[in-house]
Amino acid sequence: MSNPATSLRHTTEVKTAVFEPHCRFETLEQEFAALAMPPSETQKHLRVVDLHKSYCKGSLEVPVLRGVNLEVGRGEFVAVVGQSGCGKSTLLHLLGTLDAPDKGEIYYGAQRVDNLPAAQRDHLRNRHIGMIFQFYHLLPELNTLENVLFPLMIGHGVGGYLRRRGEFRRRAKELLELLGLSHRVKHRPRELSGGEMQRAAIGRALISNPSLLLADEPTGNLDQATGVEILQILKDLNRRESLTIVMVTHDPLIAAQADRIVRLVAGRIEE
Amino acid sequence: MYKLLLCWRYLRTRYIALASIISVMLGVATMIVVNSVMEGFTAEMQKRIHGIVSDVVFEARSLDGMPDAQWHEHRIRQVVGEEIEGMSSTVVVPAMLSFQHGGNWLTRQVQLIGIDETTQSLVSDFSKYLQHPENRRTMSFQLREGGYDVQDYQSDGEAPPRTQMTEAGWAHRRRMTRLKNFQERMNPASTEKPKPPEALSPSADPFAAHPLTGPEEDKARFDPENEQHTGAVLGIAMISFRTPEGEDKFLALPGDDVKLTFPTAGQPPKVVSDNFTIVDFYESKMSEYDASFVFVPIRKLQELRGMIDPTTGVAMVNAIQIKLKPGADGNLVRDKLRAAFPPELYGVYTWRDKQGPLLAAVNMEITILNVLLFLIIAVAGFGILAIFFMIVVEKTRDIGILKSLGASSRSVMGIFLGYGFSLGAVGAGVGLALGLLMVRYINEFAALIGRITGRPVFDPSIYYFYKIPTVVLPGTVMWIVAGALLIAVAASILPARRAARLHPVEALRYE
Repeated sequence: MSNPATSLRHTTEVKTAVFEPHCRFETLEQEFAALAMPPSETQKHLRVVDLHKSYCKGSLEVPVLRGVNLEVGRGEFVAVVGQSGCGKSTLLHLLGTLDAPDKGEIYYGAQRVDNLPAAQRDHLRNRHIGMIFQFYHLLPELNTLENVLFPLMIGHGVGGYLRRRGEFRRRAKELLELLGLSHRVKHRPRELSGGEMQRAAIGRALISNPSLLLADEPTGNLDQATGVEILQILKDLNRRESLTIVMVTHDPLIAAQADRIVRLVAGRIEE
Repeated sequence: MYKLLLCWRYLRTRYIALASIISVMLGVATMIVVNSVMEGFTAEMQKRIHGIVSDVVFEARSLDGMPDAQWHEHRIRQVVGEEIEGMSSTVVVPAMLSFQHGGNWLTRQVQLIGIDETTQSLVSDFSKYLQHPENRRTMSFQLREGGYDVQDYQSDGEAPPRTQMTEAGWAHRRRMTRLKNFQERMNPASTEKPKPPEALSPSADPFAAHPLTGPEEDKARFDPENEQHTGAVLGIAMISFRTPEGEDKFLALPGDDVKLTFPTAGQPPKVVSDNFTIVDFYESKMSEYDASFVFVPIRKLQELRGMIDPTTGVAMVNAIQIKLKPGADGNLVRDKLRAAFPPELYGVYTWRDKQGPLLAAVNMEITILNVLLFLIIAVAGFGILAIFFMIVVEKTRDIGILKSLGASSRSVMGIFLGYGFSLGAVGAGVGLALGLLMVRYINEFAALIGRITGRPVFDPSIYYFYKIPTVVLPGTVMWIVAGALLIAVAASILPARRAARLHPVEALRYE
């Protein structure tokens, strides 16, 4: 990754060329196209209103989020910092519709997403949100290329996938090349280093051309140099492709790289 | 798409799950083997039964038989003529068989059957089971010069040779006669003539005017070196025994004389006795038949039992064997005949009815074995269930990832159901191959087990087959495989549901 900026610039073009048309095939497509591309620039990409979430530990109810309010603009890179256990990951899971809030609302553009039916939330995660995690979460049975292709396999039926297999594979290989993993295409995750695994995870998050990337401690398990490298990739994605990024971290140095830092203290946001 | 990919990868990387399907595999293989062997035995047995019992048997309820076989045959033809290919009359009567071996008289209880050698082969496979090749072609009650089978022709050369049979026939008869004459000359004291059997008292004979030749005058003219008594075909098992090595030892051979004692027709029955010469052995490999049937010419038997009306020459018979045209329905013919003849005098049976309880018992055995063996596969299903729960726990994080990438709960369930199905398919497939292979080499396999355990699995001295007969029914095999697949899928439903219901956040939190 000698010059990630130029590389990723190129990625944008490929993505537009290859991925725009098929996005209109799906039945939910109109709806989500509207979501992903809000009518006005002033409309926030992501809006969280008075979000509450608590967990039960036995009979004891432990409140984690107590009225989080957050707005993220289109193309913004926001870092959420806070003590470990303060609810950063919970917030991210709620943003990614993996969990439902007890109270409060989440909007993508004008669309409220926290109360969507399960099928639409699955589709939203598959097409419009990319997620990366501290522990990469690659599937150990699959090689790098298959891991990257996996969201496409989920999003398309057997027939649909096989028909466009060549196109998808070409796209995934280009993405891996840009991420500097072209020599690791056939390797299983356990044969990769931490940085390589996180780059593969980024590839997987980007293969569906999402507009929002949620990162949960993306550098938490990496050494300093590799962490910086990963962060650089995220920054380039944000700058060159206007990818909206919400990153959760406990490390102030990493957070400092973002456009804006918000603090999560005692279940509430402090700017 | 990803479901197939993941199923395939899990199948190739989770060997513990493969271990769980070994029981499926063994269950399927065992079921195929057991069904094939049982089916083989049943088929073989039915063939043997059908070989001696014709398609439909029309019999008189009285041991004295029915008068005028011609009239009955004519009447039967009137009722079901278009279905009939051939008919043959028989006289069946319980009898005692006595023969001499090593100076001792041995006696057997037998079923004496008078048959018409010209028509009998039309209605049953009787002649196929004889030991002389000529007799198999055209049955005759005349003793052959020699040339009886030394090698059991029904055994495909598997059986040990019957060396005693090399001398059977006229050669044996002449040798035995000379030996006997020699012994009599050496030891005149023992040749005291036994009291000749009492001639029938004429008053007991329904056809009293019929002249009977006294055994006394008969004996005077009879030259055993060049003459024979009436021919008799003996069931092979009543005159031989089988060593544990599977070799048959004979107590008498074609050419030897035997004495048959049986009741006459009429009231009260008298006992008559006459000499017969063994002309051949009958070997259907149904031990029950081979140990009890003695065949003699029907005319001679009717004569001795006094079943021939001396004025008209019309004879009585006990049963009429009916051979049906191919495709004819035996049950239908039976029912028509039952309606046409008074049931208190005549019994009409198909060959299946005759051995109904035996065939039903075998069928019940097959059913019970199948239920038991299927339970084995069901037990294997619980193994799959347990191992699947383990795999779901192990894959918790992966399930979380799948969901975070947009996989629906239903498709996560689909992965594990598909995985269960593929495990079942592999198990059933390998089991199928193993089962068919074992059926193919069942005899080699039985011999191997016999060698290892030191006890023969298949003892040819008990069964009259030298090899284990097998029949593979494709329908049965299909059902077995389908059942195994169903169980594998059913066993994976619970773990798959659990996987589907995993909360993605809970799943991802694992580390």
